[in-house]
Amino acid sequence: MAILLAVWAVAGLGCGVLFADALNALRLGGFPLGFWFAQQGSIVIFVILILVYAVLLNRLDDRYRADLASSEPPLDEAGSEAERSGDDR
Amino acid sequence: MTVEAWTYLFVGLTFGLYLLIAWVSRVRDTHGFYVAGRGVPAAANGMATAADWMSAASFISMAGLISTLGYAGGMYLMGWTGGYVLLALLLAPYLRKAGRFTVPDFVGDRYDSSVARVVAVVCAIFISFTYVAGQMRGVGIVFSSFLGVDVNVGVVIGVAIVFIYATLGGMKGITWTQVAQYWVLITAFLIPAVAISIKLTGMPVPQVGMGGELVGQSVTLLDKLNEIHERLGFASYTEPFVGSWNKLNVFCVVLALMAGTAGLPHVIVRFYTVKSVRAARASAFWALLFISLLYLTAPATAAFARYYMIESLHGKTEAELPTWYERWAKTGLIIWLDDGDGRVEYFGAQNPELAQQNEIFRRGKLGAEEVADIRVAHQKWIDTEGVAGTDGRAALRERGLSGPDRDIIVLATPEMAELASWIIALVAAGGLAAALSTASGLLLVISSSVSHDIYYRIINPSASDGSRLVVGRTTIGIAVVVAGLFGIFPPGFVSQVVAFAFGLAAASFFPAIVMGIFSRRVGTIPAVMGMLSGVAFTAWYIIMSVYGSMEPWCFGIGPQGIGVIGMAINFIVTALLTPIFPRPSDAVDAMIQEFRRPEL
Repeated sequence: MAILLAVWAVAGLGCGVLFADALNALRLGGFPLGFWFAQQGSIVIFVILILVYAVLLNRLDDRYRADLASSEPPLDEAGSEAERSGDDR
Repeated sequence: MTVEAWTYLFVGLTFGLYLLIAWVSRVRDTHGFYVAGRGVPAAANGMATAADWMSAASFISMAGLISTLGYAGGMYLMGWTGGYVLLALLLAPYLRKAGRFTVPDFVGDRYDSSVARVVAVVCAIFISFTYVAGQMRGVGIVFSSFLGVDVNVGVVIGVAIVFIYATLGGMKGITWTQVAQYWVLITAFLIPAVAISIKLTGMPVPQVGMGGELVGQSVTLLDKLNEIHERLGFASYTEPFVGSWNKLNVFCVVLALMAGTAGLPHVIVRFYTVKSVRAARASAFWALLFISLLYLTAPATAAFARYYMIESLHGKTEAELPTWYERWAKTGLIIWLDDGDGRVEYFGAQNPELAQQNEIFRRGKLGAEEVADIRVAHQKWIDTEGVAGTDGRAALRERGLSGPDRDIIVLATPEMAELASWIIALVAAGGLAAALSTASGLLLVISSSVSHDIYYRIINPSASDGSRLVVGRTTIGIAVVVAGLFGIFPPGFVSQVVAFAFGLAAASFFPAIVMGIFSRRVGTIPAVMGMLSGVAFTAWYIIMSVYGSMEPWCFGIGPQGIGVIGMAINFIVTALLTPIFPRPSDAVDAMIQEFRRPEL
């Protein structure tokens, strides 16, 4: 997650703002690059970041669940139901 | 069919649809009223979040701001989307796991204190009202310009519609209406953008067309814009950090908008409506994907609009002026004061000599009579060749009213590009959808904060589900009416007001929630003091610099970016006080452990 946040900071704040004047010397098609990062590139990167995070964390959840299942007997249906409605109040 | 007939048709159809959805999804218990029974699928929730999120400011004002600001307009794009990364990574899954009804509910329970809860409620209500005022004004603008009805009548119609579907369906009704509103607003935004892109650059994808060459010319759109801007004395369109928008200011505004986005109660509460933590993460992704459809198109629309705006005005005689000018001149959002040669001259402020000769202005906060007086005096000044009367251009320039109002850019662009009348009408329906969807989400926050956090959790903990529902419906009704009053007596112009709401959210909720999740040590008093000092500083700075004409003394940071400093103050105050005060009770500690644990 620290890496994802670092990418967020570099793409959004770095390329979009801090280095925008320097990057504008380069061109991407008809766009000056700093301008493109500020108005297009950063948004695309943000969308990808959230997708990566969701996929990675879901995988982590699955692994955690698998670990639990192998180390101790699985929770019965009623137990997990009660827990869910419990935190819903 | 005329534009007006099409507009009546589209607005009538979409309003009918919203009411139908409200009737189908009416609710009977607080679970449905506050969090839609926690049964909203991730993609639908993403879509509702997107509509909730994209307000009149995103739809009407944002492209206009980018069009006027050029590079600096990108700070709104980055700030309002980058915040979702913070929200998805740091807040949404944990808050969903904690499973509360409202944001103050989470703050109150985590810090185990009624004081913290009340502070959070006050912040939530304050932010929501600031924000909702802008939406109602947006509704008024659309009604007055497209249907020719009075702004106030427009606001009343909007209030009536929201009143019906919000009180009837609560969060459930609002969620499904927002899904419908998302489709209306995104269609209304994309169709004109694609049509203009094809017309201007021959490229159907606006994002690519924006960087492409103009049809029949061997120069790219952005180069052409820069060239025109230079010639007419405007700041360069693509160069960063021109004028008052220096690097520090842009940086602060971007960061304040990001943290504010992640701390906005009406956005956070949307993540309470999904089934599971997994769905909360997925719906954060869907939300940003749906939002990015509009946010990636807006800069293209802005560049196209800028080009048309200058090309269709500068150097034209009265007979050559386009029809869109006529329509918007009536609203006073664009004003032309000729210097006597019969040709429009539209110049920017970068070149002081040319700025003297600029003839395009806007009404701003002036009343219709004041504008008429200026016009009469100006005509006299022209007729007598400067002997009597006053130069209206100088009068408006001194008031800082040079150039047309930003709010007309999106609404007028389809007309500038001479698109079919049904497309123009569609934009009106889209603007209304954007404003209404956001307004309803905010009103629900106000209602649930009052009825759940104040009435149920503090005043009357033994209240039955039925009586809580009655209180919820009553407060939402009152809140709609108050919001309508804000729309009729607007406190400022749309996007500026919204930017203030962000500063306050960044200074209050974002630090409180982040520390509440990631620290087990932070106790009640430090958190409350942090929130209070952050909000107090931010509110004071904004009010003083906008109404009290205070110089932006804090490193030259303007009122829009000051939320970052407020946020820092909140973090610092809390961090300094934490070691002095006791750690949270064991019950709270167990709760923190619980919502950090992965969901089974």
